[in-house]
Amino acid sequence: MTKLTSRRGMLFGAAAVSAGAVLAGCTSNDPDSGDDKAADTQPAADDKPGKQVTIGYAGPQADHGWLNAINDNAKKRAEKYSDVTLEVTEGSNDTAQQIGQIETLINKKVDVLVILPADGKALTQVGLKAMNAGIPVVNLDRVFNSPQAYRCWVGGDNYRMGLNAGHYIGERLKDKSGARVIELSGPDNLELTQERTKGFDDALKNYSNIKKVARQAADFTVESGQSKMAQLLQAQSQFDALWNHDDDQGVGALRAIEQAGRDDFVMVGGAGALSAFQAIKADSGVLKATVLYPPTMAASAIDLARALGQGKGVGGLAEYEIPSSVTCYSAVVDKDNVDQYMSTGFK
Amino acid sequence: MTQHVSPPRDGTGKAAPVDGPPPAWRTLTARADVRTLSLLGVLAVLVLIGGITQPDAFLDTRNLQLVLTQASVIGVVTVGVTFVIMSGGIDLSVGAIVALSSVWATTVATQEYGFLGILFTAVVVGVGCGLVNGVLIAYGAMVPFIATLAMLASARGLALQITDGQTQVVTVSSVLDLGERDSYVLGIPPLVLVFAAVTVIGWLVLNRTTFGRRTVAVGGNPEAARLAGIDVRRQRLYLYLLSGLCCGIAAFLLIVLAGSGQNTNGNLYELDAIAAAIIGGTLLSGGRGTIVGSVLGVLIFTTITNIFALNNLQSDVQQIAKGAIIVAAVLVQRRTASTH
Repeated sequence: MTKLTSRRGMLFGAAAVSAGAVLAGCTSNDPDSGDDKAADTQPAADDKPGKQVTIGYAGPQADHGWLNAINDNAKKRAEKYSDVTLEVTEGSNDTAQQIGQIETLINKKVDVLVILPADGKALTQVGLKAMNAGIPVVNLDRVFNSPQAYRCWVGGDNYRMGLNAGHYIGERLKDKSGARVIELSGPDNLELTQERTKGFDDALKNYSNIKKVARQAADFTVESGQSKMAQLLQAQSQFDALWNHDDDQGVGALRAIEQAGRDDFVMVGGAGALSAFQAIKADSGVLKATVLYPPTMAASAIDLARALGQGKGVGGLAEYEIPSSVTCYSAVVDKDNVDQYMSTGFK
Repeated sequence: MTQHVSPPRDGTGKAAPVDGPPPAWRTLTARADVRTLSLLGVLAVLVLIGGITQPDAFLDTRNLQLVLTQASVIGVVTVGVTFVIMSGGIDLSVGAIVALSSVWATTVATQEYGFLGILFTAVVVGVGCGLVNGVLIAYGAMVPFIATLAMLASARGLALQITDGQTQVVTVSSVLDLGERDSYVLGIPPLVLVFAAVTVIGWLVLNRTTFGRRTVAVGGNPEAARLAGIDVRRQRLYLYLLSGLCCGIAAFLLIVLAGSGQNTNGNLYELDAIAAAIIGGTLLSGGRGTIVGSVLGVLIFTTITNIFALNNLQSDVQQIAKGAIIVAAVLVQRRTASTH
């Protein structure tokens, strides 16, 4: 071997070999071939009862509809499985208290932990502690500081919420020249608000005829939604579409729109509240769609925790192990598919 | 708008004899007027800024209706808080009481009793919380800061327990209709009429009744007030009841405005109300203050928010400017008052 073959050559070689392996895997239809055990022999978690698993669940205090739905989803999913015992702590927004609760669960030697931290950064240490004690942690939504603190993260996609809202509005307005769009965001001090706005702006860049003319931040409450929306309506005498980040504050925003007697635009919501789904289904007002931040992710977290506890993979995927990260899709719910999501709507 | 609010006080903060020299009265009256005038000046500057930056959207009847409507809820709360602060107390629980009243009045069970059921519940819950505050402070000898802080925590907790974190949407149409344009009286929204009525009654009570004079006396010097034969404890109890009543009324207005009850309602109202009262010239240590000043304080804050929103300025800029304006307003007032 000359010097020239060195590392790059080896890399190319390795790449070629693995590409070949992938191709072989893709073309192989023979069930008896010896090397396809990954997909077929690895047991995937399914509804059939398996080994008993005790899952410890620690979430924050459910002080608004979405978090309430998260806790409900987790509990209902666990009840569905006869082989799952769920140990639920009392929800707390106090970091110290939540750490204490999780430490209690570690001492009880639960098989798997599902943690939705009140504050991801502050609870990283206790996540690490659980992992070091041999208890796999499923980190729900608010991410820990270090990947060492969890075995699997499952959560929502704020950037894509904005992206999908922007694309939905863009497609509706693409034939309208000089289209004007406004945004009613969540609180600016939250990173998720910045991500949602970034996604929304990025999507709108694809439509040169659309301009975002105003943006105001509410704080996820009905009261602030009403107040900020009333001001936006006064400021913008004409616009074509509105994206509201959150359906809870949307209750107030819709109230302000009704009070101002305006119906000359399309509104898209966010998160997926039951009241929004009902309004979309009725199709009688400005609200035409909402972008999900699905609370079903908590049910998926229980599924993943159960699979971890039973040492199984996820059905439908070839992997031996469950993924280390699952990002839930921020689907757009409109009149056409709202029935499918109705049961996931939260109050 | 003459304000006969402040009793004569000397430099040490002790109440001067009630039959003090007339010149002192006159000076104080004039000073109160200067304060009010300077607030009106601040408001005029804001209107000018709004009119220049957004002539169409700002100088518009609908915008005036909007600003006054947005000011109504916090305005009613501030009138109650002004009385409490003037008596040397503080009420940190107003936001939490508004939240509790608004969710209690919008539960499915309460909504079955219709308009009056919702109104009655909101007011009774507000007064009830005020009663607890008042008894703890007046007869339990608790410091107002601590007692109302405890109320803040427990009322918010109870509100959360009642709603279970859910938004309670109001379906009683007579309540919702009150917030619609159709029910405006001569172009004035009903919420604004309530706010105006509370302001006028508050002004009359403070300036034209024994109750008002006792409030000021208790705030100026409780010991002197006691020696003058005022039942200080009972007066304090009544003041927290009054604050609770205002919260109950405000909660009803908020239900009409937002069409729902939520445990997050009234978020940080305590700070907004105290800030409005302070820039309105109410002394945090008690003994001096005016209803007109507090209401102007509320209007200044609401107008600022409105101008910022119409100019599409973001919340970071809004917050910085709000802080700066509080400082500026207080400095301007102090200067005009002292150079007079």
